[in-house]
Amino acid sequence: MSFPLLTATAAVPALGAVATAAVPAARRTAAKWLALAFSLATLLLAAVQLVRFDPEAKGPFQLTESHAWIADFGVRYELGVDGIAVVLIALTALLVPFIVLAGWHDADPLETKSTRWRPTQGFFALILMVEAMVVIAFEATDVFLFYIFFEAMLIPMYFLIGGFGDRAGERPEAETATQRSYAAVKFLLYNLVGGLIMLAAVIGLYAVTAHQLGTGTFSLTEIVQARANGELEFATTTERALFLGFFFAFAVKAPLWPLHTWLPNAMGEATAPVAVLITAVVDKVGTFAMLRFCLQLFPEASKWATPVILVLSLISILYGALLAVGQRDIKRLIAYASISHFGFIVLGIFAMTTQGQGGATLYMVNHGISTAALMLVAGFLISRRRSRLIADYGGVQKVAPVLAGTFLVGGLATLSLPGLAPFVSEFLVLVGTFSRYPAVGVIATVGIVLAALYVLVLYQRTMTGPVKEAVRGMPDLRVRELVVVAPLIALLLFLGIYPKPLTQMIDPAVEHTMSQVEKGDPQPDVRVNDVEAAK
Amino acid sequence: MSHAASVHSLWTLAAAEAPKKIPAPHIEYAQLSPTLIVLGAAVLGVLVEAFLPRRARYHAQLLLTVVGLAAAFAAVVALAAGGYGSDKAHVAAMGAVAVDGPALFLQGIVLLVGLVAAFTFAERRLEPAANGRPVDSFAAQAATVPGGDAERKAVMAGLATTEVFPVMLFAVGGMLVFPAANDLLTLFVALEVFSLPLYVLCALARRQRLLSQESAVKYFLLGAFSSAFLLFGVALLYGYAGTVTYSGIAEVVGGTTRTVDPALAGTMGNDALLLIGGALVLMGLLFKVGAVPFHMWTPDVYQGAPTPVTGFMAAATKVAAFGALLRLLYVVLPGLRWDWRPVMWAVAIVTMLVGAIVAVTQTDVKRLLAYSSIAHAGFILAGVIATTPDGISSVLFYLGAYSFVTLGAFAVVTLVRDAGGEATHLTQWAGLGRRSPLVAAVFAVFLLAFAGIPLTSGFAGKFAVFKAAAQGGAAPLVIVGVLSSAIAAFFYIRVIVLMFFSEPRTEGPTVAVPSPLTSTAIAVGVAVTVLLGVAPQYFLDLAGQAGTFVR
Repeated sequence: MSFPLLTATAAVPALGAVATAAVPAARRTAAKWLALAFSLATLLLAAVQLVRFDPEAKGPFQLTESHAWIADFGVRYELGVDGIAVVLIALTALLVPFIVLAGWHDADPLETKSTRWRPTQGFFALILMVEAMVVIAFEATDVFLFYIFFEAMLIPMYFLIGGFGDRAGERPEAETATQRSYAAVKFLLYNLVGGLIMLAAVIGLYAVTAHQLGTGTFSLTEIVQARANGELEFATTTERALFLGFFFAFAVKAPLWPLHTWLPNAMGEATAPVAVLITAVVDKVGTFAMLRFCLQLFPEASKWATPVILVLSLISILYGALLAVGQRDIKRLIAYASISHFGFIVLGIFAMTTQGQGGATLYMVNHGISTAALMLVAGFLISRRRSRLIADYGGVQKVAPVLAGTFLVGGLATLSLPGLAPFVSEFLVLVGTFSRYPAVGVIATVGIVLAALYVLVLYQRTMTGPVKEAVRGMPDLRVRELVVVAPLIALLLFLGIYPKPLTQMIDPAVEHTMSQVEKGDPQPDVRVNDVEAAK
Repeated sequence: MSHAASVHSLWTLAAAEAPKKIPAPHIEYAQLSPTLIVLGAAVLGVLVEAFLPRRARYHAQLLLTVVGLAAAFAAVVALAAGGYGSDKAHVAAMGAVAVDGPALFLQGIVLLVGLVAAFTFAERRLEPAANGRPVDSFAAQAATVPGGDAERKAVMAGLATTEVFPVMLFAVGGMLVFPAANDLLTLFVALEVFSLPLYVLCALARRQRLLSQESAVKYFLLGAFSSAFLLFGVALLYGYAGTVTYSGIAEVVGGTTRTVDPALAGTMGNDALLLIGGALVLMGLLFKVGAVPFHMWTPDVYQGAPTPVTGFMAAATKVAAFGALLRLLYVVLPGLRWDWRPVMWAVAIVTMLVGAIVAVTQTDVKRLLAYSSIAHAGFILAGVIATTPDGISSVLFYLGAYSFVTLGAFAVVTLVRDAGGEATHLTQWAGLGRRSPLVAAVFAVFLLAFAGIPLTSGFAGKFAVFKAAAQGGAAPLVIVGVLSSAIAAFFYIRVIVLMFFSEPRTEGPTVAVPSPLTSTAIAVGVAVTVLLGVAPQYFLDLAGQAGTFVR
């Protein structure tokens, strides 16, 4: 038996979480280093995955592992990665060390009286726990296994949002605590309801497979194969109901308008590194699952729902961007910008073109990196002034030029400036959409204009102009902070100029997904032919 | 089947030609050994209470209880290993008691629950010592009037009661027979045997005795009502079938019995009797299960009873009562499936929704858990309704998973105390996570299991019953179940928020350090919760093998 690489990639951060949590209260710093070491070890394993993964190989999944688990439920412990998963695992493993470093002091206890209360250990343990669960969710090729971790990751995430926030500046501590727990509960309830509705669909999927195949199964490969052989056929209404159950959960997670309202609260109240964890790591599971599960399990229903989903993602793009323009709070602005970007990702997925889906996958990665850069620098800024309000800043670039410069690069990446990574993906999504739905593509483009507006206005108000009194004497980026930001910016530049390493991983997987969707299509419709011609 | 038929012919023969003499009953003592051991230990416990000096009683009783329950559990395991759970399953004691998979499985759970609960009963470190003597959470002297002189003296003297142990053993004995009862009279007797000790136990709280006694009276009165309904139903069913054995009634329902008892010629086969009688018996069982609309007693009794008793009662009663309900519906009334299913559908839906919605407004931990138990009864009913072998095994699994979560949760409740005893008001739990992270984390695990979050036993159980329900064609039930889970999640989460994200109150309660007894109970609860959440397969197999009733 070969080395279970995929299990190891998830097990290492999980072990790290346990180890970090076990560090005694007084050895706070040791816990931080331990967490960093484990996150780097995970990154190493993710890198090994990238190397071992062969984009040219046949078959949907590689590095597969399969073990019996809960036979009564038809559940197997099945892992496997395709090009999309392997890239997203790499993104996760890449971002977590930066998140740990950026949050180095975020969970230092204010007073060190209590010996039992160990917030620092808890903070880093929870981050590693989330990482482990996200990684295994990306790897799972068994629907039930995926569901378990999709749901379970809410719990550590919930504690991260509710338990740790920015140091109170002018606001009283009690007020921030209340808002924080409100945000945490909102996050949990939205996602839990989504997850429970998905649970009904998961059970329904089992009932259908058990009825038609004799034994119920959750294995993605088995179900896809059975559908291809014609052994398994969903009735139209059943397939649509199941699709909606799955999609609802993913749309809450992604988040898609109108299920997005938890995100600004959660990102606003959480510390910047946790906000990055939410939007750049955890939310990706939602959009990833649309590609992996919605499209592959329910291709007919996906096509059926496409018009509505396209409209929803258009609304997300425009609504998110418009609200971002109107925000007075830096973190909430970035949250709304993310909603707009998630709209692009979903648009690309449901445009049902190779370019669109490839672009969407690339977008997931690039959005992760660019938001991480922008949000983490914003977090450094906020930790200096202890305020999230844009109006409290001004002229920062004169006192802290490096901070302002990195903030600008992160911002420009967010608005998809050519030469930076997100541009490539946004362009691909728009081209992919335009080739099938020209009108939708045109409307979506407005989102780019709005992005330029909210990013540049944000920069202008905080960084340029006369130096505000409160900003005077603000220290520039420290070494630890530079170590966090510099690699992210380097990566944005590199992937902006040379995205090929990523695209060659992603494209075969996307083509495979596309073939799943088309396969069940009895009568190819006209628009598909148009796409073929366009190629 | 052949055996059941012979049992039935025995009855009909006996009525046809007047019996000359009553035959000596044939009792399979070995197969009834679990019940006999527990009841024997209970009787010994009464003798210990009568003859041993007071200071020696505590250890003697605890030892007797633990040994008795463990021996009974060993007997259950031996019977199951001997094949009585599967191919050798049959009806023992002249058709009165079934020895089959579900019976043995549920008896095993009841015994384990009793064993763990006995540890919480024996806890004597949480209450402050009186007169230099450690005391437990039970009344110093049960017979004293609350607030009276005698009570004050008994408390001052540091008296402690040890009769709770034999009383609990009697209850366990009844609970062992209840899910195994194979005729309606045995069912009724078992019901009374386990209910009466529970009424007594409820009245025994050391603190807040009035509340405790009120709960006992309520439980007793409502329980007596439900017993009366059940007994009336038994009488009507006898009138309908001419027999009280399950298989006999099932044969009459199924129309396979042609011989009519001459004494009952006027009523036998009368469907009105069957429907009304069946409904009344069901009501009696649904009362014990705590299903809406027969749930009214639950919150008051859960709140008033001493917390160790609440934990025991909440876990074990549910196991026993659902066992009896399953047997009744699957063995006696399967022929009537199309009549009872719509009714049970309605009951399950209302139970899930009422339990979840009313729980949202609760401010007391014990009442909150009471309503949560109602919601859980609804989830289990969804599995009962499936009427498939999967349905049986999923319910068995759920009961096993749920009972240990419940025991653990109530054991944690006993730890959080202030000067007035247990601090059960939710506001008193604010900031518990800051002060005692471990206790709060453990309670959070139990709450997450109640909420059915993956990787806990609650999720595996919920998935099992919903899966069975979906396959049994009850998809709407699954959807209602999922929605009420979402509502229920809200109040479990609220408690977690309170514990972890609220500032501790300065005069808030402290967490008492328990003896190894309660710690063991909680540790077992956590271990089972996590184990059944992560690797439920072995236990699911066990429940699957135990999923066939004998007729």
